[in-house]
Amino acid sequence: MGTRTVAETIREITRAHLENGGMLLGESISAVGWVNNTVPDVKNIVELPMTDVAGAGIAAGAALAGRRPVFVVRFQDFLILNGSPLIFYAAKLKDLHGRSAPVFVRAIAAEGLGPVHSGVLHSLFMHFPGFKVASPMTPREYEEVWRIYMENDDPFICSEHRASYANKDELADETVDGADITIYSISSTRFEAKKALKLLQNEGVRCNLVNIVWLKPFALSSRLIEPLKDSKIGLVVDPGHEIAGASESIAYTLMINTGYPVKALGVEDRTKCLVPPLQNKAPDAFRIYEAAKGLLACTGRVFT
Amino acid sequence: MRSQNFALIENGPAIVGEDAALEIFRRVCRTRFFEEGLVRAVKDGFVTSPVYLSTGQESVAAALSVALPRPIIFAQHRCHGVYLSYGGDPVRLRDELMGLPTGTSGGRAGSNCVQCHDDGVTMHGHHGLIGENVPLAVGYALASGDTTLAIFGDGAAEEDYVLSSLGFAATHRLPVLFVCEDNNLSILTTVETRRSWKVSNVASSFGIGSEDLSDDPWTVYLKARELAKRTPALMNIYTCRANWHVGVGTDGPVEWDRFAEVKAALDGAGLKDKALGIEDAERLSMEKVWEQGQLRRLSGK
Repeated sequence: MGTRTVAETIREITRAHLENGGMLLGESISAVGWVNNTVPDVKNIVELPMTDVAGAGIAAGAALAGRRPVFVVRFQDFLILNGSPLIFYAAKLKDLHGRSAPVFVRAIAAEGLGPVHSGVLHSLFMHFPGFKVASPMTPREYEEVWRIYMENDDPFICSEHRASYANKDELADETVDGADITIYSISSTRFEAKKALKLLQNEGVRCNLVNIVWLKPFALSSRLIEPLKDSKIGLVVDPGHEIAGASESIAYTLMINTGYPVKALGVEDRTKCLVPPLQNKAPDAFRIYEAAKGLLACTGRVFT
Repeated sequence: MRSQNFALIENGPAIVGEDAALEIFRRVCRTRFFEEGLVRAVKDGFVTSPVYLSTGQESVAAALSVALPRPIIFAQHRCHGVYLSYGGDPVRLRDELMGLPTGTSGGRAGSNCVQCHDDGVTMHGHHGLIGENVPLAVGYALASGDTTLAIFGDGAAEEDYVLSSLGFAATHRLPVLFVCEDNNLSILTTVETRRSWKVSNVASSFGIGSEDLSDDPWTVYLKARELAKRTPALMNIYTCRANWHVGVGTDGPVEWDRFAEVKAALDGAGLKDKALGIEDAERLSMEKVWEQGQLRRLSGK
C-alpha cells in the first residue's frame, strides 16, 4: 500500500504540469470539490462555459498550439457530446495531415448516478483510430499513463473512475499454478474482481486475476496470455456495456489468439436508471463470481 | 438583404492604394486560374476525388491575405482560395488533389482538408465537418495569444459549437477574426429558408464587433484591417459560389460576377494595363501547373 491516493497523484501531476506551462480546461472544475480533489488551485486553469462539443474543440485547438491541455470531462457520458472534435479532428490529424493534437482527456466515470452520469464509454474511443486509451486505477499506473502521454503526441483518453480516487493499493496481478480460470478486470471492476476472487477461492476455485490498464493499444503480452494458457478459460470484466464494448472486444482478442474460450461480462443492454434495483450497475463481486462459476460449469468443472 | 454592393466603400482601389489593389487582384487571379485548370483536370479524369471550388468567392481570401498577412489560419472546407492567397504552393495543392505523396498532406486529405506549414504560413487543415475549425481556432488563440483567422460558411455559422465558440472568444477577448463567407447556400438551401437571424447580430450580442459587407475586395481589405485591431471581431461577407457545393458543375449564372467587377474597378482606377499583365501572367503560370503532358505523367493515365 502506497502513501498517496489516486486523487492526490492526479492533483500533483496536474500541479506540476500547470506550473510548467500546461493547461487544464473543463466545466465547473474549480467549483465545490475541485473535481473530487483532483484539480489543484494553480494558474493555467480555464473554466469552460457549458459548451460541450465546442469545449473539446477548444481543448484540441490548445493542443495544436503545443500546450498539452488536460481536458476534464466530469462524467464520461458527456463524451458523446464532446467526442466530435476529439474523434473527427484530434484523432484523425496524424493519419490525415501528419500532425498532432495531443490532448489528455480525463474522462471520469461514476456509478449509481442515473442514465447520463453513470456511463463508462471508453470502448467508444477504442473503436476509433488515433487514440490511446488507458484506465489507470492506482497511483503508479496513473503516473505511468501520464509519462507515456508526455512522451507521445497522440490524444489520450484516460478513463478514470471515482471508485479509484481513494485507492492507494497497486492492485498487483494474482496468479497461481494450475488455475481453473483467469479473470481479466478493467477499471472499477478491478476492485470487485479482487472480492470475487476470494469468493471463488473459498469454494476451491483456483483463479488468476489479471489487471488490464491499457485498452488501446491492447498489447498481448505474456503477462496477459500466459495465465490464460494455464487456465484455458477466461473472463473479461468491464464496467461499460457488454455489447460491442471493451469486455467483448478484449475477450475476442484473447480468444482468437489463444483458442481458449473467454467470456465477456459488462453492463447489461438496458438503460442505467437512477433508482435501485434498476441501476444496471457495473458487475460487482457476486456477478463476477456467478459468471465465473457458470463458465466453469459449461466446461464440466463444478465446484461446490 | 444581401447584395453585391452591401456596405460597399466607393473608390476602393484608390483608397487601398495601387500596390495593395494589384496584389489583391493577383491573388484573385491565382485562385481563379488554378481552379480553371482544376475543372479541366476533373473533366479529363486526372482529378477523381471530390473538389470544393472557391471560384466566385476568390476576392474574400485574396483581400484578407493582403490585409492580414500572417495570422494562424483555420480555414473551412472550401479552402483553395485561402491556401493560394496566403502563398501556398499551387503545385503541392494540385498534387494533393491528385492524391500524390507530394501533396499538402501527402495526397491523403484532398480538397476540403488543405493545410500549409511552409514558408511562414500556418494553415491548419480542415477535416470536412463544417464549423469544426472555429472552436479549434478559438482554442489556439486562447493557448497561444496569436492572431487567428477562422473562416467558415453561412451553414457552419448555424452549428451550435460555432456559436458557443463566438461566445467564448468574447468572454476571453481572444485575438480571433471570424470570417463568414456567406454564399447564401447550404448545398442549395438558402439562408432565409434555414434561419431568421444574422450571425453578425449574434456576434454583436456577445459583444463582438461585427460587420455585414459584400465581397468587394477593397471593402473587405479595409474592414479586415480595421476589425483586426479590435478582436474578437466578425465579418459576414456576402459572396457567390460559382460551382456546385462539391464538384465542378454549375447551376446557371451567379448572383453577381465579382471577378468582372474587380477588373472593371481596376480599369476605372487607371490600372487596366497592369491588371491585364497580372491576369495574363497568372493564367500562364497556372496553365503550366495543369499542363496536360505533366498530368499524364503524374497520373499514369
